Amino acid sequence: MTLRVTMFAIVFAVAIIFFLWSCWQRFSLVTLGRADNRFDRIGLRFVNMLLYAFGQKRVVSGKYPFGWNHFIFFWCFLILLISNTEFLLHGLFPEVIALSYLPQGLYYALALIFDIVSIVALVAVIVAISRRLWFAPKYIDAKTVDAFVILGLVGILMLAFFSLHGSDIALGNEQAAAYMPVSSFVGMLFSGIMPATLETMKLVFWWIHAFALLGFLCYLPYSKHMHILTSIPNCFFKSIDKVNTQTPEVFQKENVYGAGRVDRMRWKDLFDSYSCTECGRCTDNCPAASTGKDLKPRLVIHDIKVNLLHNGGLIRKGKEPQLPLIGGGREGSVKEDTIWACTTCGACMEVCPVFIEHVPKLVYMRRDLVEMQAKFPDELLSLFENLENRSNPWGIIPAERGRWVAEVQAPAFEKGKTEYLFYTGCAGSLDTRNKRNTAAIARILNAAGVSWGTFGKDEKCCGDSARRLGNEYVFDRMARENIKVFNDAGVKKIIVECPHCYNTLKNDYKQFGGDFEVIHHAELISQLIESGRLKLEGKVDAGRLVFHDSCYLGRYNGVFDQPRKLIEMATGKAPLEMKKNRELSFCCGAGGGRMWMEETEGTRINMARVNQAMESDPDTICVCCPYCVTMMEDGLTDIKAPEKVKVIELSELVEKALK
Amino acid sequence: MQIVTCIKQVPDTTQVKIDPVKGTLIREGVPSIINPFDAHALEEGLRLKDRYGFKVTAISMGPPSAEVTLRNAVAVGVDNVILLSDRAFGGADTLATSMVLATAIRKLNEEEEVALVLCGKQTIDGDTAQVGPGIATRLGFQQLTSVDRIEELDLKNKRITVRCKFEERYEILNSCFPAMIAVLREINRPRYPTVPMRLMAQDYKVTVWDNKIMQMNENEIGLKGSATAVRRIFSPDRAKGQILGGDEVQDPEDAARMLINKLVSKNLISLQ
Repeated sequence: MTLRVTMFAIVFAVAIIFFLWSCWQRFSLVTLGRADNRFDRIGLRFVNMLLYAFGQKRVVSGKYPFGWNHFIFFWCFLILLISNTEFLLHGLFPEVIALSYLPQGLYYALALIFDIVSIVALVAVIVAISRRLWFAPKYIDAKTVDAFVILGLVGILMLAFFSLHGSDIALGNEQAAAYMPVSSFVGMLFSGIMPATLETMKLVFWWIHAFALLGFLCYLPYSKHMHILTSIPNCFFKSIDKVNTQTPEVFQKENVYGAGRVDRMRWKDLFDSYSCTECGRCTDNCPAASTGKDLKPRLVIHDIKVNLLHNGGLIRKGKEPQLPLIGGGREGSVKEDTIWACTTCGACMEVCPVFIEHVPKLVYMRRDLVEMQAKFPDELLSLFENLENRSNPWGIIPAERGRWVAEVQAPAFEKGKTEYLFYTGCAGSLDTRNKRNTAAIARILNAAGVSWGTFGKDEKCCGDSARRLGNEYVFDRMARENIKVFNDAGVKKIIVECPHCYNTLKNDYKQFGGDFEVIHHAELISQLIESGRLKLEGKVDAGRLVFHDSCYLGRYNGVFDQPRKLIEMATGKAPLEMKKNRELSFCCGAGGGRMWMEETEGTRINMARVNQAMESDPDTICVCCPYCVTMMEDGLTDIKAPEKVKVIELSELVEKALK
Repeated sequence: MQIVTCIKQVPDTTQVKIDPVKGTLIREGVPSIINPFDAHALEEGLRLKDRYGFKVTAISMGPPSAEVTLRNAVAVGVDNVILLSDRAFGGADTLATSMVLATAIRKLNEEEEVALVLCGKQTIDGDTAQVGPGIATRLGFQQLTSVDRIEELDLKNKRITVRCKFEERYEILNSCFPAMIAVLREINRPRYPTVPMRLMAQDYKVTVWDNKIMQMNENEIGLKGSATAVRRIFSPDRAKGQILGGDEVQDPEDAARMLINKLVSKNLISLQ
């Protein structure tokens, strides 16, 4: 055993022990989080992991061409993992393990692969550094020490690799030289150097390589590059269903509600925070961030991580955490304004390459503010009281709820006779503008001869806003009450007008035992046309018509095609598309209870969206959500759009096209 | 020292209709709420508790179902609640009501000195604004009405300074304890109960004082103790309102112009 091997064995042991200790320090903190089952449907989870982690499916999405640079990094890293493992083992057991001990063919093949992959990796490093230095997009924190340390280490590793093999080749010791073009080129550069010097250089480069590699390993857990360890399992643990709901709470004495402390997040939320690569795509797509609000989804995840690392040790010892999770003021603490700025539109989660779930975390923090501290923006006080006392957001007398029925022939729901309950929702039954859509839907249902009925004035609010705003206690009661009413009335199938009711009845109520077939009017009308019960004449002249996807119908529940087809059937041509459409649609600003809140910071989200719509010079903006109707109409007024531009709800358009 | 807040459970009056035949209020199926003015009195009591450490007691006279309103008071942090409930208290006007409340406050004073009685200015069902002053009169307390701000409280000298809001002026009044303060809704923004407090309040046992405990003369309470009686309740006939323009008017300026012309034509405003 040579001195070098002994020294390396010591360095290696120290580095590995330090690395494992760091990992244990960090990963054990994840177990502080609340329970959350992410071990079901293992097969599907493996598929997700292969697709999204190894396949990098979301990393290379079309909108972000630089994702390909990461794809290259990722695969170079995996391939060089073999090379570097060999390097470390050879360093420890030079007599036993070496590439050159392999059968010649395999040895040469690997030598070629490693040489080529290393130069590709080096180019990727240069591309990444250049991007950060000279053409970084706004949504990333480009010039961080962290990023350059890692890129630097990877670069050094590659340069050391070539210099080490170059020295060897110059010395004439490398049998596979012919298969190592880049190393051979470096060897050629070194050709004039004295053999003794080359030996020294080889040793120096070997140690540089060793220190860069072990340094990289030790640095990982302390940087955003921890994602190298966590993002693959994070894709495995990703939510199998769309993240369109939040977990319920158990209301009994002694319980604590919401996430006022980092350990009250679910364990997966904590693991998420370790998986963030700081790519910034969430922030790039966030309607709040892009209109100057304080919310930057990436920083929320970062703050959760910092908070966990700061407080985790104390919490584990049963002590009170020092750094508040909510309150702001410093890194690791999330400001209240930030928490309230979220529209829960889910754009952040849609683009996250490693499936971090931002929205539930913000809702859990809202729960702490509302349920434990009763601390929220002033305007929400009347909302909460109205929801609780009058079961609608405006506090309108419940008896008014049945009024829309006067405008159209609308039967009452009869137990055992009526097939569909038409659940109109608060906006559809109480808001003057949106009552028009409700009446349109009713007339369409009548035209198709659907067996339907309403609860009229006895209908209650679904509770969507209460849940998204963190008032789970009130939502819990509303959900249970509605489910009981539905069950008692023998309701099996429900038509909804509002995508928020849709998501709540369909996805949230399941958690409370509500099992109903919930269908949005866009879906039902499509079905009615397909089955021949309804015929449209494609002669409605809506001029240039642009379509706006509602987040809760589209992104949350995957209903993209039906509204578009209906528009085409009604007008005879496909709708114009905004740049941000379908999965990447931009929120109108009303989701997550923001409908009921003032928007004082930055510019208005609805104005931003209307401006996006105006890019296609439309005559009509077609939407299929009452909140979107309100926000888009208000937005048009605010931007002083030409009067000819109208907002139309899909049902109104379909009604005009009825034969 | 304690603060007593008087609260009343009222029907959500915007949902109450009048029975045209009987001339009485139809209360069936109408949800009950805390009288909104009283919610502000309660909040002010809690704020004084937070600041000066008073004990806050909420009392309410009403049927057993009024317990819910007192529970809600517990949920926002009241220390003690008492429901004054007896069939004999029923049918009371403001005189008989203030008699019962005053007697209860006197009883509470025996346990712990009452510094302040906080009431809402009026209830939304009766709208008399008499009970607060009635209590003060029966008890011989100072009465400070239409209060929209508490300026100062001097615990040592047992004095309080308040601001009263009247139509075209404010009055700053300084008074000794004990005093009855009738508050306006502008005085504060009531707090929202936290979930743990709500759950605690659900199981809270509300103390009920009936007339066996109160020992009041039956000529002072209920119908018998009332100096006034309601003969009839009715809505005045009113011409149907008119919506100007409605949905067709897109331009707010147009709508404003129409409204102004209308008001001028009715001689309600003048443009001179």
